[in-house]
Formats: sequence, C-alpha cells, structure tokens
Amino acid sequence: MTFALSAEQESKFQEILARYPNKMAACIPALHLCQEANENWVSEEVIAFVASRLELSTAHVTGVATFYHLFNREKPGKHQVWVCHTLSCALRGADTVLKHCEKRLGIHVGETTKDGKITLRTAECLASCGSAPMMQVDKVYHENLTLADVDRILDGLQKD
Amino acid sequence: MLKRTTYLSHSYGKPDAHTLGNYEAHGGYRAARMVLSTMTRERAIDEMKAAHVRGRGGAGFDCGTKWSFMPKESGKPHYLVVNADEGEPGTFKDRTIMEQNPHALVEGCIIGAFAIGAHAAYIYVRDELHLSKERLWGAIREAKERGYLGRNPFGTSYSMEVYVHTGAGAYICGEETALLNSLEGRRGEPRLKPPFPAQVGAFGCPTTVNNVETIAIAPTVFTMGGDNFSKLSALHDWNDGGARLFGVSGHVKNPGIYECAVGLTLRELIYDLGGGILGDGQLLAVIPGGSSCPVHRADEIVDVPNNEKFAPYHGKSFLDLPLGVDTFRGAGSMLGTCCAIVLSDKADPVLALHNVMRFYRHESCGQCTPCREGCGWIERILDKIVQGQGTVEELNQIHEIGSNITGNTICAFGDGAAQPALSFVRKFRAELLDYIQTGGSHQTRSLTV
Ligand SMILES: Cc1cc2nc3c(=O)[nH]c(=O)nc-3n(C[C@H](O)[C@H](O)[C@H](O)COP(=O)(O)O)c2cc1C
Ligand code: FES
Repeated sequence: MTFALSAEQESKFQEILARYPNKMAACIPALHLCQEANENWVSEEVIAFVASRLELSTAHVTGVATFYHLFNREKPGKHQVWVCHTLSCALRGADTVLKHCEKRLGIHVGETTKDGKITLRTAECLASCGSAPMMQVDKVYHENLTLADVDRILDGLQKD
Repeated sequence: MLKRTTYLSHSYGKPDAHTLGNYEAHGGYRAARMVLSTMTRERAIDEMKAAHVRGRGGAGFDCGTKWSFMPKESGKPHYLVVNADEGEPGTFKDRTIMEQNPHALVEGCIIGAFAIGAHAAYIYVRDELHLSKERLWGAIREAKERGYLGRNPFGTSYSMEVYVHTGAGAYICGEETALLNSLEGRRGEPRLKPPFPAQVGAFGCPTTVNNVETIAIAPTVFTMGGDNFSKLSALHDWNDGGARLFGVSGHVKNPGIYECAVGLTLRELIYDLGGGILGDGQLLAVIPGGSSCPVHRADEIVDVPNNEKFAPYHGKSFLDLPLGVDTFRGAGSMLGTCCAIVLSDKADPVLALHNVMRFYRHESCGQCTPCREGCGWIERILDKIVQGQGTVEELNQIHEIGSNITGNTICAFGDGAAQPALSFVRKFRAELLDYIQTGGSHQTRSLTV
C-alpha cells in the first residue's frame, strides 16, 4: 500500500518545508507528520515517501527513524501511555503506578492490549519532576497521579 | 540568601499567563523594541556581558561572552538556536517558561538573534512537550500579527523570524552539537569540536546555542540594565548575576519551581521553599542540578582551604554554600540546571544509583566506546549488586569504568554519566557493600517514603 497525505496534511508539509534553508532539515517534523497520518507508525512506505519528497536516500531516513525513540517502527495501540520512571518520579512512586497499569491492563511494559487500544511504555524524565508521579497519554500530561487517577484515565481510554 | 523574584514567573498559575495581552501588561516587548531601534550589536552584547547571565542549560558559560564569539561579518546567515530539549533528570524549569511565559522566550529570541547578527531563531523543543510547542507557536503568531516579527519588526528594517523545531525523543539531543545535527534532519549524534558552533553551527553557518531560560531572561536584562540585573545576585562578585529559576523535586513536601536571586542555598531550597523532607525522614542526600551532577550527603562540609573567596564557606555545611556556577565548581561539585533532587533517609541510595545508571545506559547515543560500553557495564554490575549477587571487585570496577569514561568521549554526556556513578560509589560505599555482603538487609530497599 502506498502512503499519501491528505490535502490538509500536504499543506502542513509545505508549511514545514518553508521553515528551513534546505529540505533535509524537514526530516524529523515530516516523519512526525507522516507517522500521525499513518496510525502512529513509520512504515517502509512512510520512509520511502519522506525520502522521495525530501530528496534523501531511504538509508538516511531509516537512520533517522531508528535513532529517535518516538518513531514507532511497528503499529502501536490506539492510545499510547508512557509512565515516567526516572529518578524524581521513582522517588514519588512511579514504580507503583507502572505495576498498577500492568496489572490493570493485563500486559507488560512495551506491550499492547489485545483489543489494540493501549500500548504501555516507560519514559525517561519528561520534565515534570516536580509533579511526580506522572504519565503521558498520547499528547497530554497527567501529573501528581494517585492510583485512583490512573484507574480513571485508563478507564476512559478503554471505553474510547 | 533567599530572595524571591518574579521576572519570569510573574504570571505563573494565571489562566491568561501565556497571552500577549498579559505579557504586554507586564511591560513585554519594550526591551526588544528598544534594542532593535536604538542599539548596535556590540552595545547589546556589552549589556548582556554586564548582566553576568551564566548559561542556564547546565554548563554555566557566560551568555554575553558566548554571544561575542559570533563573527562580525561572515557572509553567511547566522542562527540563534534555543535549546528546549529539557531532559536532564530532575529538571523541569524550561517547560514552565514555555507553557506559562512563552512571549518572554520569543522576545528573548529577538534580542539574542539581533545581538549575534541572526535573522532567524529556531527553538528546538523536545517532542513530548506538546503544550509548550503549542504555546510557543501561539506566541509567535501573536507577535507576528502585532508586527514584532517578520520583515520590519517594530518598524525597523531588521527582519526576524522565530520557528519551533521538534525532536523525537532522545536525551542526547540536548547536547548542543547533537541538537544541531538533529535540527539539520540527521541522527542526533554529537559532533567533534572544534569547529565550534560559532564558526560552523546550524546548516554550516555561525550559530549560538542557548538554553530557554538564558534567552527568556534577556528582556529583563535589557529592561533593568545589565549591571542592575547582575547586582540582584548575592554572587555578583563571582560574575554570576541576576535571578533564575530553582527547582526541587523528590522527597520534599512542596516540590516545584521557585524564582529567586542567585545565591540561594540548598538548605533554603529544600527547607524554606521545598517545605522540608516529605514523611518523617531526614535529609539523606541531594543532587544539586540534574542527575549528571555529583550527589552530596546531608552532612558534607565545604572543603576549600587557602582560598580567600571560599573563606566564608570553608568548613561549613555544603547546604549553606550559595548555589552558583563557580561556588559549586570550586567546591568540587556542579551547579548544573539548579533543579535539585532530594532523597530522604527512608530511601535507598543504592536503588537511586541503579535508577540513574539505567537512564544513562538507555540514553547513550552509542558513538563513543567508553560511554556506550561503560554505561552498560556499570548498569549490569548494579543489576547484580541490587540482587545481592555483586562482588567487592565489581564495586571497585565501577570506579575504574567511570574514570575511564570521564574525558574520553566526544561530548559531555560521558562525564555526566560518570559523575553520579563515581560520587555515589564514593559516598555510599557502606550501603553498596551491605548489598554485596547481606543482600541489603540493613537498607530500606525502597525509593519511596
Ligand atoms: C548530554 C547533555 C544533555 C544536555 N541537555 C541540555 C538540555 O536539555 N537543555 C539545555 O539547555 N542544555 C543542555 N545541555 C547543555 C548544552 O550542550 C549547552 O551547553 C547549552 O544548551 C548552552 O546553553 P546556555 O549556555 O544558555 O546554558 C546538555 C549537555 C549535555 C552534554
Ligand atoms: S523524573 Fe519523571 S518527569 Fe522528571
């Protein structure tokens, strides 16, 4: 299946290109845009698309896509949950939050629920250390978490 | 000395904190207008030098001096690149600026870019900070509509554009040359220096990389005058001027970001601002400015004899040493980002070290062998130690591995990874030995209180 952008996404793509003195610099923002347009993952088709539009080799774009943690090389769940487990969060109970998520979702870190709804991951320090423990759900931060908050948030995702 | 200020944080917590209306009500954009319409580049750099703004990104380099390294006429475009990759464990100050005072950063970009002869600034924001990016784009839009950016900002002929660029999840991209590679659309691997960014930076052109807070404080500097700003600080004589954001997290009652004059002490940060130790424990240790700094035990003493400048502090508690770039460096520590991580004595320092070293192993970019292999090796030793299966030889090896990383890598990530390893191993040797000898039966074996 070939990958293509909608008209609206295409205009965002053009907007990105206009910010830089050359096309290569658009590589990371372009991968983000295409990943979002492709159910949150960077497939070979996405790589080929970005490479051809930016006049880069597929090897270059693959190199970039594999360097950065936030480019998914496999399709994740509909929602992605990241629990920060770096020191400041760990000191305030990140481990309990993480174990609670695992138990409630019946999966381990790195896995996706069977219904394809939620992928659970750990994250390294998300610059929210003063409101620990915290987790990121898709693009939103949830801070100063209690286990009741976690239940409510995961419930909402499972119903979605 | 505890002296609260509100130059950056005046509107924190208010619903309209991020808007142009609110920013202008607090005098916003007057400084940039004044600089662009009345100053020369040289004059702007001198003003920044007088302010003694030490880089807020961790290394503490003097901002005005850094600006002065930019060539006068290079025949190429110049760039200002703002480091908003905030990812140093324990550090969460830049995010508050971008979310709650984004116009200060945009106005700072105008001033900073002008001072280095640039017409464009890129703000490199880590991808996870979606709200920050949104607020910055919003602020840029507002400033543009008002004629503060674009072809003729404030009616002058000095064109100016500010863009937000985004990363994709890699702590190493906070290192300035890795950040430049990432901005150019490459893998975020640090570059060899020289050449320095001021000669060959973004897109092969002269570039200055500054931290978010360093740039966001520039409007305040130009509003007050550099010298007045510098004198806010108790460390003015140490060429460490002004006010800055201090953070505290971990085992304190009131974690958060507090803006204060430079010269605050750890004791004031932990007890007066942070509200003291969470739960019923006592202070065990503190990491002053992000996990790449050495850890300090609560009972540590400043030991800098025969140095006039340290006379007021020598022999006294480390907790009473003013938080400054050179006070901390001179005392064998590092100020870093000024965001302290606090450990109660109910928490287990061995597990804390294990957590920190897992981070560095995970984030090493893998370019340099000592760092790539060393971080993994230290983590594996600690894996064994926390399971009660480590040996004294292995514990001693951590010291050796850490020393072999230090100074032997392309960038400072290696030193940042080695610092916590070396300092924890030195200062918590008894606790580590207890894990080796008894499986940690005398330790709390918990990170929470
Ligand atoms: C591994 C590593 C990570 C870094 N991360 C950041 C960061 O997230 N933000 C930042 O401003 N500086 C970071 N720095 C420091 C930058 O390399 C650079 O010194 C700084 O952005 C310069 O700005 P300043 O002079 O205004 O402080 C990091 C350095 C290293 C070695
Ligand atoms: S340690 Fe979790 S946000 Fe910083």
